[in-house]
Amino acid sequence: MSARLQLTGRAGPVWGLHLAVLGVLLAGAWLLPAYHHGVLARVMVMAVFAMGYNLMFGYTGLLSLGHAMFFAAGMYGTGLVLKFWGLGVAPAFGLGVLAAGLLALAVGLLALRTVGVGFMIVTLMFSQTLYLVILYFGAITRGDEGFALARELRRLGGLDLSQPLARYLLAWGLFALVLLGTLALVRAPAGRVLVAIRENEERARMLGHDTWAHKLAVVVASGTISGAAGAAYGVLFGYVGASFAEVPYSIFPLLWVLLGGAGTVLGPFVGALFMFYLVDLSSAMTDAWMLVVGVALLLLTLFAPRGLLGSLRARLWRDLP
Amino acid sequence: MEFGPHLVLAILEGLVQASVLTLTALGLSLVFGVMRVVNVAHGEFFMLGAVIAWWVTQALGGPPALGFVAALLLAPLAVGLLAAAADWLVLRRVEYDPERTIVATIGLLYIIQQGVLMTYGPDAHPVAPPFNHRLAIPWFEMTEAGVEFYFPWGLSTTSYKLFVIAAAALAGLVLWRVMARSTLGLVLRATQADAQTAQAFGVPVERVYALVFGIGAALAALGAVLVVPIRQAHYLMGGDPLLMSFIVVIIGGLGSLRGTVLAALMIGMADGVISVFFSPTLARILATGLVAMVLVWRPQGLFGRAPA
Repeated sequence: MSARLQLTGRAGPVWGLHLAVLGVLLAGAWLLPAYHHGVLARVMVMAVFAMGYNLMFGYTGLLSLGHAMFFAAGMYGTGLVLKFWGLGVAPAFGLGVLAAGLLALAVGLLALRTVGVGFMIVTLMFSQTLYLVILYFGAITRGDEGFALARELRRLGGLDLSQPLARYLLAWGLFALVLLGTLALVRAPAGRVLVAIRENEERARMLGHDTWAHKLAVVVASGTISGAAGAAYGVLFGYVGASFAEVPYSIFPLLWVLLGGAGTVLGPFVGALFMFYLVDLSSAMTDAWMLVVGVALLLLTLFAPRGLLGSLRARLWRDLP
Repeated sequence: MEFGPHLVLAILEGLVQASVLTLTALGLSLVFGVMRVVNVAHGEFFMLGAVIAWWVTQALGGPPALGFVAALLLAPLAVGLLAAAADWLVLRRVEYDPERTIVATIGLLYIIQQGVLMTYGPDAHPVAPPFNHRLAIPWFEMTEAGVEFYFPWGLSTTSYKLFVIAAAALAGLVLWRVMARSTLGLVLRATQADAQTAQAFGVPVERVYALVFGIGAALAALGAVLVVPIRQAHYLMGGDPLLMSFIVVIIGGLGSLRGTVLAALMIGMADGVISVFFSPTLARILATGLVAMVLVWRPQGLFGRAPA
């Protein structure tokens, strides 16, 4: 027991920190000025996407270059069900997340047969295939242009999801759920096995862990969470478009996770927040957001491969999960 | 519509695509083979080649042939130098770690794209071909008097397109000759086989890597200069060649130059022919899906050998 506690750090400060962050964000729902209110709701949804990505890349060491497909599967699964079947938000959201989870299962079963560069390219190709399929069925999906979800479709019970407060609170709820779920997972024995696979898969297998089952499970979890982010984005912001299935949306979660710190629970949120405001502030001076992203990626790989929270962990707080 | 003459036309179009694709994919394959890293910015080097070709022809003026020849020499050289510099400043410092290299080259991709967007602008610009004669495609018909040749109406290619095919074949031969018969090729192959042993024998591996990265980018730029009189130069034109080169290099077997050429011819032709008769999007869906499957079941590629 004491050995495990040592591995994962004392529970009090760790849970305290994460609950405090959630508390501050919740208070923001009533305290933030309108503009930042909107930005933060978006950042929280994107942070969910990045946390899903982080499970695979940060904790298990599986670098996917195709996570846009899970985001898009959740988004289109929900959006198309809402638009054509009119089932209501909750069932549509559930079906969208289910679609992303099933896609992740299929992709995991195939892609996990490869490793390293092969895995990156296979995920990239599958993602590109989904993007092209969305374009090919343009009659249903409206292709590049995408479609807006009408306001009357986006009602949950008596709640109008296009209202800023409802939108913020729902984004916060999903964010809190995934954040605490990730924290619980990485502090549980299963989470330690994932880190063991990242560090040395051969040795983890020798210790008797079923690495294949762990990797498949983490791909499904990661895809499902990313799909939930996509589904939430579609419902909360009322737009479904093929650009969310394109390569940049596979790169963004990688960037956010690297920036915040791969393999840290709060890192994806910190990275997404930092990047959103960086692009936002720089767009006041220049519209060259790609330059900002490119330079950020280069500087990160050169000087801070561990990211913001990763460096913090190395220097100050070794137990930060 | 007669099937025969259209098939000839489709094959010619396919060959033009295949030859440009061969050059671009050879660059990617060379970099992967020798350095064991994936260059995600490869498509942007292609795009830079096309854009520099436009700049050179604009700056020189005069007859199109003069500007084109200058571009054919200058664009690959400039792009190659830029890539070698990027290798020296960035990739060398991340020690060619495969994953960090991918992230770094994604960064390069965005920087190059934005740089071109800010200087060259969002519009597409054409480059005039050095010569462009319309050549009608002949077809034959069996009549009672024997075989009779005629020119089906409306079907033609241009002398420039034939030149592209010839030039790409020539460049490929030169590369093969260098790799197989020269001292430089020997050094490259030694580095590919075992970088550490090569270094122990006095090969300056770091400089070889910079050179290879430069040559790889220059090959992409060369392909772009050849294609830019047919298709216009645009700052987003790099995505497609990158994806297609990836496909070719994987199918051909990562790091095998011969496999790359075979796969490029096969896929370029198939893409060209299918696009003439069916929807290009459908062709792409089939191609990307199939490639992913090839990697899943034969990680060494169709023509590659399984690792010993």
